[in-house]
Amino acid sequence: MNSLVSTENQALARTVLELDVNNHPGVMSHVVGLFSRRAYNVEAILVMPVGSGATSRIWLLVNEDERLEQMVKQVEKLEDVLAVRRHGAEHEVFVRLEEFFR
Amino acid sequence: MPKHSPETLNGAQIVVRLLERQGVRTIAGIPGGAILPTYDALSKSTIHHVLARHEQGGGFIAQGMARVSGVPAVCMASSGPGATNLLTAIADAKLDSIPLVAITGQVPKPMIGTDAFQEVDTYGLSIPITKHNFLVNSADELLTVIPRAFRIAASGRPGPVLVDIPKDVQNQCIEVSEWPEPGCADPVPVPDGERIAQAAAMINGAAKPILYLGGGVVHSSASQLAVALAEKAGLPTVMTLMALGTMPVDHALSLGMLGMHGARCTNLALDECDLLIAVGARFDDRATGKVAGFCPQAQIIHIDIDPSELDKIKTAHIGIAGDVGTVLELLLPAVDSRQRQPWLARVAGLKAEHPLRMPGVDDPRTPYGLIRAVANCLDDEATITTDVGQHQMWVAQAYPLRRPRQWLTSGGLGTMGFGMPAAIGAALAERERTVVCFTGDGSILMNVQELVTAAEENVNVKIVLMNNASLGLVFQQQTLFYGERIYASRFKGMPDFIQVAEGFGVAAVDLDKEDHPLAALAAALKTPGPTLIHASIATHEQVLPMVPPGAANKEMIGG
Repeated sequence: MNSLVSTENQALARTVLELDVNNHPGVMSHVVGLFSRRAYNVEAILVMPVGSGATSRIWLLVNEDERLEQMVKQVEKLEDVLAVRRHGAEHEVFVRLEEFFR
Repeated sequence: MPKHSPETLNGAQIVVRLLERQGVRTIAGIPGGAILPTYDALSKSTIHHVLARHEQGGGFIAQGMARVSGVPAVCMASSGPGATNLLTAIADAKLDSIPLVAITGQVPKPMIGTDAFQEVDTYGLSIPITKHNFLVNSADELLTVIPRAFRIAASGRPGPVLVDIPKDVQNQCIEVSEWPEPGCADPVPVPDGERIAQAAAMINGAAKPILYLGGGVVHSSASQLAVALAEKAGLPTVMTLMALGTMPVDHALSLGMLGMHGARCTNLALDECDLLIAVGARFDDRATGKVAGFCPQAQIIHIDIDPSELDKIKTAHIGIAGDVGTVLELLLPAVDSRQRQPWLARVAGLKAEHPLRMPGVDDPRTPYGLIRAVANCLDDEATITTDVGQHQMWVAQAYPLRRPRQWLTSGGLGTMGFGMPAAIGAALAERERTVVCFTGDGSILMNVQELVTAAEENVNVKIVLMNNASLGLVFQQQTLFYGERIYASRFKGMPDFIQVAEGFGVAAVDLDKEDHPLAALAAALKTPGPTLIHASIATHEQVLPMVPPGAANKEMIGG
């Protein structure tokens, strides 16, 4: 976290983050704001309401760099984030989405 | 929820009722179109409204109340410029973890997003500088949002919460039959006992440990426990700017403030330590200097209520998430009683060889001399606030702070203009105390309009204006690091501050013109009510020692 120089581009490994969040306007801004203020690019985003729609699930694809641990802790601190789970890049959520981007 | 007979109230009346139920006694703010329904409701309340003259001043008045009490304080503003003017005070509260509830008016819901008059995206603007924020959608929502705002502001690591309320929501009438409980801090999860045992073993095994106290010790009301730990385990103790007062500065184990303007002995002792016990401190760059050079030989125990602070700047060997007071309570019985020679002898040697040098301390016409002269007129019951700059660092170095919450300063954001309105807030919250605001000729002008608020409220605030006719810390940095190319830091025009104060209805005394400045100072500090005390100091005076920006703490200049 000490380095101001982004090493994202060199980093090849990717992580999929799965967030359970309250579903209301502004939650997405809170989440992505944590990344943008650190010049930490979010490669892919997917959001859908879950069940009754009171909560949503956000999927984020991000590059793994030395700031990721701190990012996850910051995301966990948000009031509207109920849970954060980490997956490897092999997680199929974005892989299966790829066909819509051809 | 206690039952009451149903009442029909509008959103504004609900807000005011919830604030009353919350125990709020004083609010600082400025009305305007979009918050007028709430002000109308407030006019019928017993809550005392302090009319600031700029919303930033209102925000800092609320901060002053929160900082001395530890309880969330409330500021209010209208939409648009009212809200944007509040932002600096909110950002300041975020960086120093101050519990604040900011309530702003917003244009009516149907007009949001139309670039209506005095419309700004207050919600969007405040996301990165608040702990949490709300855009309220209905009067009914207020019943959950307002108590929740107080709960969030006070829970865990405190911080500011903003509640943006559209005007039509303030006017919307609903039937209220049940009132929610006031919002109060959530219990903090119990810390990990095994890690506390490991930390105790590390402390017991260390040869050259140092205790490093931060603002979290103040927030947790844990200063007595911190001092008890230092005394039992024989720990020399350093404090961050935010923690000053948690251990009396003249305590035998105190090394005072660390970092950029810490004494040489303090930074040199840190350079030698083999164990650093960080308690409610966040390894701020002004405290650590170049991180790689900070306590290079030390293992680190880091105790903090905010898990995201652990391993953020420096990887801790033992990281303990929890309320620092709770952790210290559990840690105390597990550490051995130690005299810890020869480490304490070594630290005493460093203190004797490299003490904080305070040239002119006996002359009230020098910075250190003036600060000590003020201190000599007061006891530990006085509250001290500062603005930001050279005077702030001189006071941090030289004022004998001995009480937690005695010291109110803008640490993280470093906001010039903080001191005077914060002093007003401190005096409003604790009417019996004398509140001294040390300021400079640069800082005072950034919220000078609040002089009239001080006069109006007749608060017992003494503003000590150290006038060096410059932006002193900029002048110092240009002198030291920019080849003495002094630019835009020396004031050509200088207001007559005595006339300025008197023009605002505040008594003023100019120590420059007094044959017996000490007597004049003592008389001014003793007279109740707001007073401005003006004293010129030489422009070339520097805050020393100084760690050059980006350097390691042992590479100090001067002192």
